Amino acid sequence: MTDTKATDDTGMTTGGAPPAPPDAVTVTIDGREVQARQGELVIAAAERHGVYIPRFCYHPRMEPVGMCRMCLVDIDTGRGPAIQPSCMIECTDGMVVATESPTAKKAQEGVLEFLLVNHPLDCPVCDKGGECPLQDQTMSYGPGESRFIEEKRHFEKPIPVSDVVLLDRERCILCDRCTRFAKDVAGDPLIHFLDRGNETQVNTFPGHPFASYFSGNTVQICPVGALTATPYRFKARPWDLEEAESTCTSCAVGCRMVVQTSRNTVLRYQGVDVDPVNWGWLCDKGRFDFEAVNSEERLASPLLRDEGLLLEPASWSAALGRAASALQLGLDRGGAEGVAVLGGARLTNEDAYAWVKLAKGIIGTDNVDCQMGDGLPAEAVLGLPRATIDDACRPGGVVLLVGPDPKEELPVLYLRLRHAVLNDDVALVELASVETATSYLAAHSLRYRPGEVFGLVEALLEGKSPTEVAGIRADQIEDVAQLLADRPLTVVLGRGNLADSAVAVAAAGKAITLARPEARFLSGLRRANVHGALEMGMAPGLLPGRLLLTDGKGAADPGASAAEAREQLTGLWARLPEQRGLDATGILQAAADGRIETLFLLGADPLNDFPDRDLAERGLAGARTVIACDLFLTESVRQADVVLPAAGYAEVAGTTTNIEARVTTVAQAVTPPGTAQSDWVIAAELARRLGYDLGLEAPDHAWDELTKFAPAFGRIGTGLLAAAQADPDGVLVAIATSSAPPAPAEAPAEPAAVDDADEEPAAPKTDDEEPAAPKTDDEEPAAPKTDDEEPAAPKTDDESPVIDLPHRVPLPEFTVVEPQNTDAYSLRLVATRRLYDRGTLVRHSGSLVGLAEGAVAWLNPYEFEKLGITSGDEARLTSARGQVLVPVRPSEAVPRGLVLLHVNQSGGRANALIDIHSPVTEIRVERP
Amino acid sequence: MSDREIPRIVSSRWDLEDGFTLDRYEATGGYGALRKALEELTPAQVHEEVKAASLLGRGGAGFPAGIKWGFCPPGVFPRYLVVNGDESEPGTYKDRILMERDPHQLIEGMLLAAYAIGCGQAFLYVRGEMALAQERLASALNDAYAAGYAGRNILGSEFSLDIVLHWGAGAYIVGEETALIESLEGNRGMPRLKPPFFPAAKGLYLQPTVVNNVETLANLPWIVTNGGGAFADLGAEKSTGTRLFAVSGHVENPGVFEVEFGTTTFRDLLYGKQYGGGIRDGRRLKAFIPGGASAPWFYEEHLDLPLETGAVGAAGSMLGSGAIVVMDETTDAVRACWRVVRFFARESCGKCTPCREGTGWLEKILLRMLDGKGRPSDVDKLLDICDNISPEINWPPKQTTICPLGPSAVSPIASAVIRFRDEFAAYCGVDDGAVPITVPVKGKAYLAQPVSEAEPVGATS
Repeated sequence: MTDTKATDDTGMTTGGAPPAPPDAVTVTIDGREVQARQGELVIAAAERHGVYIPRFCYHPRMEPVGMCRMCLVDIDTGRGPAIQPSCMIECTDGMVVATESPTAKKAQEGVLEFLLVNHPLDCPVCDKGGECPLQDQTMSYGPGESRFIEEKRHFEKPIPVSDVVLLDRERCILCDRCTRFAKDVAGDPLIHFLDRGNETQVNTFPGHPFASYFSGNTVQICPVGALTATPYRFKARPWDLEEAESTCTSCAVGCRMVVQTSRNTVLRYQGVDVDPVNWGWLCDKGRFDFEAVNSEERLASPLLRDEGLLLEPASWSAALGRAASALQLGLDRGGAEGVAVLGGARLTNEDAYAWVKLAKGIIGTDNVDCQMGDGLPAEAVLGLPRATIDDACRPGGVVLLVGPDPKEELPVLYLRLRHAVLNDDVALVELASVETATSYLAAHSLRYRPGEVFGLVEALLEGKSPTEVAGIRADQIEDVAQLLADRPLTVVLGRGNLADSAVAVAAAGKAITLARPEARFLSGLRRANVHGALEMGMAPGLLPGRLLLTDGKGAADPGASAAEAREQLTGLWARLPEQRGLDATGILQAAADGRIETLFLLGADPLNDFPDRDLAERGLAGARTVIACDLFLTESVRQADVVLPAAGYAEVAGTTTNIEARVTTVAQAVTPPGTAQSDWVIAAELARRLGYDLGLEAPDHAWDELTKFAPAFGRIGTGLLAAAQADPDGVLVAIATSSAPPAPAEAPAEPAAVDDADEEPAAPKTDDEEPAAPKTDDEEPAAPKTDDEEPAAPKTDDESPVIDLPHRVPLPEFTVVEPQNTDAYSLRLVATRRLYDRGTLVRHSGSLVGLAEGAVAWLNPYEFEKLGITSGDEARLTSARGQVLVPVRPSEAVPRGLVLLHVNQSGGRANALIDIHSPVTEIRVERP
Repeated sequence: MSDREIPRIVSSRWDLEDGFTLDRYEATGGYGALRKALEELTPAQVHEEVKAASLLGRGGAGFPAGIKWGFCPPGVFPRYLVVNGDESEPGTYKDRILMERDPHQLIEGMLLAAYAIGCGQAFLYVRGEMALAQERLASALNDAYAAGYAGRNILGSEFSLDIVLHWGAGAYIVGEETALIESLEGNRGMPRLKPPFFPAAKGLYLQPTVVNNVETLANLPWIVTNGGGAFADLGAEKSTGTRLFAVSGHVENPGVFEVEFGTTTFRDLLYGKQYGGGIRDGRRLKAFIPGGASAPWFYEEHLDLPLETGAVGAAGSMLGSGAIVVMDETTDAVRACWRVVRFFARESCGKCTPCREGTGWLEKILLRMLDGKGRPSDVDKLLDICDNISPEINWPPKQTTICPLGPSAVSPIASAVIRFRDEFAAYCGVDDGAVPITVPVKGKAYLAQPVSEAEPVGATS
């Protein structure tokens, strides 16, 4: 990161001015001597010291271009004052800057007059009016009245440049922000300047719409009302909006944003610039899926299946009563093991705790899984030493991508990685069976055969291989292994292929951490708060705060702290599950076998999200009672007997945890529709009807309770919620990193293991103060030199506070099953996600629903003749599990011998083909 | 004008029917300088000769070529030579003749320059509209390659140079060297900011790059053959050698003339029998533009100034690209002004605000005046708009713009308004009447296709 990326930190108070860095230069700005960093731009240095220089084209997260000329100031570097654009000039020692000299004022006034020459004065009907930099700066710096009496430039307006963004070229002041963003930040150079002189316009080329996953950012950074987004257009005036800072949960990257509402309706999300995560950017799915919050199709009242087998609206008391009696009946018949909870990644941390307590602490079942068989074993997520995004993007490192295409599943992580690769000498090594939208960034992109990733990773760790592995030549393996060995390693670990085995990926992660103990891992799981749910124990074998069910029971090597924690927990909870329960696959299998009496679907839609639709169908049909808590009547919820409407995003306050284990707040901005209730309230009500008190009277009581048995973890939440607005960066939950078996408990005195980083977010990192943690230096994922590389944030310390849990989740044995080719005529299936699919949020966001491409099977062009099929025709795809009819199209991105199918697209279900128990899925493609 | 015999340095083959062919070029001493340089001189010696010649750049800015070459940071390779053949300043047509009638001379000049600066890759950027020049250069290049004057191991030496001929797409701004580099890289032709993008340090592909004008390089064969000293003996102290001037407008005999640099006066050039031949139809001179449309205007009292960079600069204008446009007494100053401004307004690349909006606004005001809708306040408004583009309207100009195109549009207005203010006032009525409104709407949308039809995975980037 260069210094040009300084943040807008106008809010900085100089309570404790940071000490001048050694390479500081002294600059005189408007008569005041100030310290600037070497290479810092004049405009940024001035702003940091309280002098705002007007600007339009300058954006702290993009390369300056000096085009709008609004930031002209008098700069004297010893040769007399000269009018210069302050966004292009770096501070040098002894420089004298005058931002308000008569020449500078005249130039600024002149530029503003020029900008207004062709800018329509339609502010009263312009969406930007009230939050418009042109409007604001005209008031502050512009001429009093217009001298322009000729006709302004006219263009047809507005014109669509993409499905969600409209362009009014008359309002455009040609600042190059959107075009620069598209080209330099997003890597989608689809909007350009056309024509010249004052008829210059921004436009797309025919047949090439601005189909970028990040197009909404251009609307946010447009300094006038030229770019508007269809979901917000003409919806509100900025001064009528109320806003609350929150965290996006459309995926698990954890982008900070503000939720803007008016009259109890969510109207817009805007990205917030935080250094460690999103730098102000959002993806279009995250930005525009607020429409789903407002959807007419939200569940607003409980539903009960009546005798006619239809779901009919019911009162809460009736619905809860039916749910509780069914649950009680099930408990009586099948015991605690007969109850299972699927889902929970949608929940906040607080809601997740409530449900875990209900399931494990009151009902006593361990059949709880917040993942849908499309993620990784929980231990692999919680047990590998965690990296931050900044760690992955640190200059000179190498990132090994063993997981999904970040552009499709974790879009803003893609932006950060792209920037790191292109600007900061980070090398990317991608292991993916097909070419992805991220492949072009990779120094090496290895096309391994599906199902064989573990062998490939082993060979890469070995450094050499006598033969090809997983389809990769031996010399390639050596090259890549060398690169991985030479640089600090961060691994992004996730599921790149749902038709592939999760265990193989987890085993690969374990192999890496054993061979490279210093390597750090960034989770590649995408579901909203799946990481928080796992921290709260929403997986078999886990308890909240990264405790294991087996801790303190002698089965596994227990850390003393874990044993004590468990003891505390036993006092708080009514009971603990007797034995390790089932994961999602196990639950559905057991349900299919008739062993599940009561199945809770907690925002889960296994029919569409579970990779094996056949098993999901049999599971839902086999469970005696299905109780769903959800926002929408999804395909799976339609199978439920009791449907409880839940409050969703922007309707509940709490915290969420991202891929880095960074805990940040989510805000409540509106009230839920109808009588929908928060998930924790539903859990408490169910507990009450079972005769128990859940012990929570407000969602954040979860943290008070956690504090009692996992004090370090618990105080994250209490502190964070108290200081929510002060610390948008949140708190990181570090993972004990040594690759050896669990470290001996060195900090049994729980209160001493915590500092008050959570209450004073700007305080130094926990580790530095933790007396009884000798190995914490190694665990600290952030290198000390970050201070130099990162622009000064409003805090005095750029680092997020870090909390270390005193115990860690051990990695179990992962048994990898080598795939066997059974049929020489078959192709191996690669099932991946795209950003836009039939997922609940996209489907209920009117602006996004049309963007899902629909199911298409992509094959290497070579296969067509061989298989006797024609592009565009429907083909029959048959696996051992089932068959689907989908159109086939050729793509060079797919190697020979494979077929690529995107999951959860309309018109053909990839998950109808997958057998979750098989390490690979073999497909026959035939003419129907 | 001195009386001694002045050699025709760059225009010696213009009178030959087949001066553009390799045979004729060789027969008239062509490629002798290259042979001499490769066999007898080191690159440094060639560079020294050019420095000794004090050869000023002929593109417009008039910067000494030898010194420019020296700006390349030592030891940084590859470095590139780019020939600016995008001659498009109104009134300038000397490079076109050079490229059409003597293409080999330019190629030999490129070879010598490349040899001197140590570059192995040169680009010849020719204005898009110059079809004949492109054709002749392409054919000359083919012949030069075939004869071993270009390509690998030229004339059996260690020196190799690959020359790429590139055609422009018709934008005036690409004559600006950084915009030319952008265009050459395949981007939209827009100037880069200096600093940091000085071509000598960060030019083409961010490598050290020498950008020279066609005429500048065409002088090199003569300089190498006859020595830099012989060149410096010609002309004035700081304006050495000969120079091409393109005379156009209201003269009897418009054309491109090679004259001794620095000693010849404007009167010699405009009234001399062998040159301009006087104002047409015996009329009186009203004004003339001494160095291309960007230059402030000169009048009768400037006729006896020598064609010398320093003297012209001191008088408040420039020799620029060597284009002299003559206006006789029948010329309407306002209309002439509008014509020049319109050119700049249309050719503004649109990158920076003052130029994009300012030149367009100036044009609109002038057109309105010509349409009889001028207002008394317009004259001062014109000057104030000029001041916002080029603060203080001085010479040499300051600028709020990125490149000098904006101030170029200021020159004619500042000149004309100051000299012929009464003519402007005559266009400005007393009545602030309504301005006619026409609303031409432009630019249909390229209707976006549904994104769902976009490229498949892997191709979305």
